[in-house]
Amino acid sequence: MSAQAAVGTIRRRRFRDLLTNPWGRPRFLWVIGIAYVVWTLVPVVTAALFSFNSTRSISIWSGFSLRWYLTDPNESVLHDPDLRHAVVQSLKLATGAVLISVPIGLGFALALDKWRGRGSGSSNFVMMFSFITPELILAVSLFLLFLNPFKVIGLGTSSQLLGLGLLAIPYAVIIVRSRLLSMGVDLEEAAMDLGASPLQALRRVTLPLLAPAIFASAAIIFAFSLDDFVMVKQLAKTGADQTVAMAIYGAARTAPSPAVNAIGTLMLVASTLVIALAYLVYRRSVRRQGAGFRADRDALPV
Amino acid sequence: MSSSDVAPRQRSIAAAPKADTGYPRWFWPSFATPAMLYLLVLFVLPFYVILSVAFGKLDPIFQTPVLVWNPLKWDPGILSFTISNITHTDGIYHAAFIRTFLYVAVSMLLCLLIGYPFAYFLARHAGRAKGLFLALFFAPFWFSYMLRMLAWIGLLQDQGSINRALENLGLIGAPYPFLAGKSWVLILGLVYGYVPYMVLPLYAGLDRIPNAHLEAARDLGASPARTFFRVTLPQTWQAILAGLIIAGLPMFGDYFTQQLLANTVGTKMIGNFIVDSLDVPIFISRGASLILVLMVILVVPIVYYLWNTTRAARARTA
Repeated sequence: MSAQAAVGTIRRRRFRDLLTNPWGRPRFLWVIGIAYVVWTLVPVVTAALFSFNSTRSISIWSGFSLRWYLTDPNESVLHDPDLRHAVVQSLKLATGAVLISVPIGLGFALALDKWRGRGSGSSNFVMMFSFITPELILAVSLFLLFLNPFKVIGLGTSSQLLGLGLLAIPYAVIIVRSRLLSMGVDLEEAAMDLGASPLQALRRVTLPLLAPAIFASAAIIFAFSLDDFVMVKQLAKTGADQTVAMAIYGAARTAPSPAVNAIGTLMLVASTLVIALAYLVYRRSVRRQGAGFRADRDALPV
Repeated sequence: MSSSDVAPRQRSIAAAPKADTGYPRWFWPSFATPAMLYLLVLFVLPFYVILSVAFGKLDPIFQTPVLVWNPLKWDPGILSFTISNITHTDGIYHAAFIRTFLYVAVSMLLCLLIGYPFAYFLARHAGRAKGLFLALFFAPFWFSYMLRMLAWIGLLQDQGSINRALENLGLIGAPYPFLAGKSWVLILGLVYGYVPYMVLPLYAGLDRIPNAHLEAARDLGASPARTFFRVTLPQTWQAILAGLIIAGLPMFGDYFTQQLLANTVGTKMIGNFIVDSLDVPIFISRGASLILVLMVILVVPIVYYLWNTTRAARARTA
């Protein structure tokens, strides 16, 4: 009886050790880690697999084919004019969002980093406020804005671009600013001590050092704008404004076909490539500069 | 590894002695002007437009909303209609409000219960595989939300893999209607959609706890459990709160998960009522008043989160 109790205690202690010992071999936590990744990624991988299905089903596998990408004469991504147009619209909006938000965000990050005057803190607060406000609230407020007072612009591609810009600017500011914080001012001050004007120091020292952060923010903004749904849908006017995310949504509600999985998979591959490229570039250049990732991350406001 | 080897390269925000030297006063503020204008016109002004619509009038002929810019002429009629329909038990928004809070609360709790152990694993135990796990963890951030939900539709359909697996195992005779307005499916959908937002601050918080703290606790004789509850957990309260806020806020504005995974009247959330009202011109001002109510509720966690992260970031870089 007492031996059994002792075994019980040991078992319980072992379980507790697995849970909490920072130096033991926590197989339990490995199970959680792997289970989490499987749970988050396997459904997406199955959805991608079914884009290669030879029949119309997105849940019963009948064999491999490229029917929904290329060969189906009416409904493949290549031949369905609506899907093709959605890809073009998504790419157009994502590129536009990068072009709008990266320069504006870069300027704001530089200003916030250097400018200690009144207004610096409060304008940062307003930006972070917009960043954390639920997207639906931002989208509806812009919908009302473009519906009535800004009727001149109206709903459609231009308002979609402006809406995405609002969502994207904080990403650029946060990424560039954390790089600025970890970079320090030593090199810039050295340049100015050696006789560079403020603009020269900015152009020849600060901006080249910021290049990886600018590139990374452009990639992240591109990838997330490509898949944005709430903002883009709310500010769309006609079918011509439909993006890939909207096409997936529409089809998922009515008649899912593997062509929709195919178009989603294409976008997924595109954004993964963009992000992977940005990561590699960022890591290489930051390592070469010596400060390292950790310093940049510590400066992130998470 | 500690912050001390990077500290000399960083400079404190409070004392930036030479940062301004050499630049004219207007130089740096001018860089902020485009962003400030952008935020003013496309973030602050639209908020005022919400107010002007919610407190505005309806066009007597077209029944479209007419904006009233002057606060002195605001008519609280529509807002009080909305509020009374939220507070009264038989109001049109009453059930949806309660449901939304319930769904979001349960989803946030589940996100925490799933996210904390995973973040703990990432921060402390992934070892050499940490880079790989981090990459896999971040992947859903750039995957399309719609594709992630479409994936679940494929799995949960009547002829989907999950139903077929359950049938083959003999657990069910006929397909289980997962997608026919089940609250728990919708909640799991929300958890699936937003759990990465929970893990992010938790991972950052856990990863910042110095190893020395844990070693000290163990050296002083604390058991692993005690170390966790007395050393690790107290240092992550802020991260937990941050995670709950940034995972919970977007759930309040979610309507598409409901439409894709449940899509019945009995599972409608506030977000659904908001977007539905925008389709009908007469109801647009009701939608604006719902947004206003939602914003008033959410402004507290938003401001708290902003205040807290600013303070924490300042403490770290100082």
